[in-house]
Amino acid sequence: MTTTPPAPPKTRTIMRPATVRKSTNPAATWGPPVAVFVGFLLVWYAVSYLILDEKRRFLVPPPHEVLAAFFDPKVFGEIMLALSRTTFVALIGLAIAIVIGVGWAVAMSQAKWVERSLYPYAVVLQCIPILALVPLIGFWFGFDYPARIIVCVMIALFPMVSNTLFGLQSVDRGQRELFQLQRAGRWTVLTKLEFPAALPAIFAGMRISAGLAVVGAIVGDFFFRRGDPGLGSLLSTYTSRLQSAELFAAIIVAALLGVVIFAIFGWIGKRVVGRWYDFSAN
Amino acid sequence: MSIATPVAPTTKTDQLLHFDDVAMTFPNGTTALSGVSLTVNRGEFVTVVGPSGCGKSTLLRIASGLTPATEGVTQVDTTRIGYVFQDATLLPWRDVQSNVELLAELNGIPKKQRAATAKDAIDLVGLSGFEKHLPKTLSGGMKMRTSLARSLTLDPELFLFDEPFGALDEITRERLNDELIKLFTEQQFAGLFITHSVSEAVYLSTRVIVMSGRPGKIVDEFPVEFPFPRDPEIRFTAEFAELCGKVSHALREGHS
Ligand SMILES: Nc1ncnc2c1ncn2[C@@H]1O[C@H](COP(=O)(O)OP(=O)(O)O)[C@@H](O)[C@H]1O
Ligand SMILES: [Mg+2]
Repeated sequence: MTTTPPAPPKTRTIMRPATVRKSTNPAATWGPPVAVFVGFLLVWYAVSYLILDEKRRFLVPPPHEVLAAFFDPKVFGEIMLALSRTTFVALIGLAIAIVIGVGWAVAMSQAKWVERSLYPYAVVLQCIPILALVPLIGFWFGFDYPARIIVCVMIALFPMVSNTLFGLQSVDRGQRELFQLQRAGRWTVLTKLEFPAALPAIFAGMRISAGLAVVGAIVGDFFFRRGDPGLGSLLSTYTSRLQSAELFAAIIVAALLGVVIFAIFGWIGKRVVGRWYDFSAN
Repeated sequence: MSIATPVAPTTKTDQLLHFDDVAMTFPNGTTALSGVSLTVNRGEFVTVVGPSGCGKSTLLRIASGLTPATEGVTQVDTTRIGYVFQDATLLPWRDVQSNVELLAELNGIPKKQRAATAKDAIDLVGLSGFEKHLPKTLSGGMKMRTSLARSLTLDPELFLFDEPFGALDEITRERLNDELIKLFTEQQFAGLFITHSVSEAVYLSTRVIVMSGRPGKIVDEFPVEFPFPRDPEIRFTAEFAELCGKVSHALREGHS
């Protein structure tokens, strides 16, 4: 019997199969990063003691001096207070960036003309050097928390807009038609189809924005150096006073804040959509 | 409900779907269908076979109202239309129960009632016990059953199938064919079924329509007389083989 050859089934890769790499051996899990860390410390010591002579050692103070500076009660208190303020600014800024970003993307997803009118501005926002605007924002909004939060939002906003829009628009055509066949209205399609389908992309955007929000919270403060000092002011102060051990301690705390916020949002994303979406695939 | 103008008056109450000289030319100039006339009556299960790209999916999309035809009259005499796509198109964040409830939900049926309807449909396709399973944990066949159940909740009078089993393995496909026949005999819908497989077409249907290559035209039509419910063994009979041969032959003629 001759028929036309059956067409190859349309495969649509929604998610790649997860490469399961859960090893039960803790040594295998923690060994490599710990080894890298130890190597890093060794290089650090080598730079401090072998490359730099004593007069220039302040450029890269050895790890134990940084640790000592960190646990100096005065410095510790200073850094922790600054950390709490920076965290506050970053979280508020991130929350605002999420709300504005998702709202912006939803508006654009509703009509092509809205997208055409608004998307260029999202790109502009991404392209202009925000640093150049920071002093201006200070003039306009004062040099305290509101201005810091605005800088933070501007830096963290773009990934929320672009990821949400991508998520909303990547809905499977068949699924759209399913809704269309039941004459579902725009709002129904948005809430029951597009928004849930976009959640993985939204959470991916949140993770990126979370890291940027920390950067944003530090940048504004670093330039303004007014009001309650956050990590930015502190970095600026330590730099000008050549307190390099303290500076290193503050830098490490700032880096850790970024990592922790990034991890927390990754975890929230997994909790919310990990049930049906496989993040490990990308 | 009539889609597209002009609207022809319904003549026969048994008629559920009627195409009269329907043609479809897409804005980019591709003519997918030309001069298609076809009627599907209650109690009929019509399958359409044709080369890839000849406009079979387009025909179903026109019947469902997703895409209006550019020419001819399309008349659909029911609002209860089931539509099963080649992909199961399940929402991955909803479990089986909730996926099956979706269409009723979109039609504003209250929670209690749609839960009960969904439960019946799930039983009907043999998925009871899997209500709480997410699509990613289901096999291809089970996804397709879920998709079938979802359409069944509409209690369709006209059921459109676009190569629903094309991506499944042979054994699963044959099992689902038998279950589809069972559903057809029990639920009394009219079916319009697209397939690539000649034997599937002959096995399932009361009538096989053969289409030519693009632009798709109906080139031949074969009534299938085997009684319902169909005995799987008829696949091995000489009559079955002969009919398959005729359909294949017509396909080849239409293709060249
Ligand atoms: N929206 C569209 N715009 C332009 N061409 C289309 C569109 N949809 C389908 N086609 C074309 O129409 C022809 C028939 O498509 P289709 O009905 O999907 O074929 P089949 O289901 O028989 O494989 C194909 O050549 C396809 O490329
Ligand atoms: Mg098709």
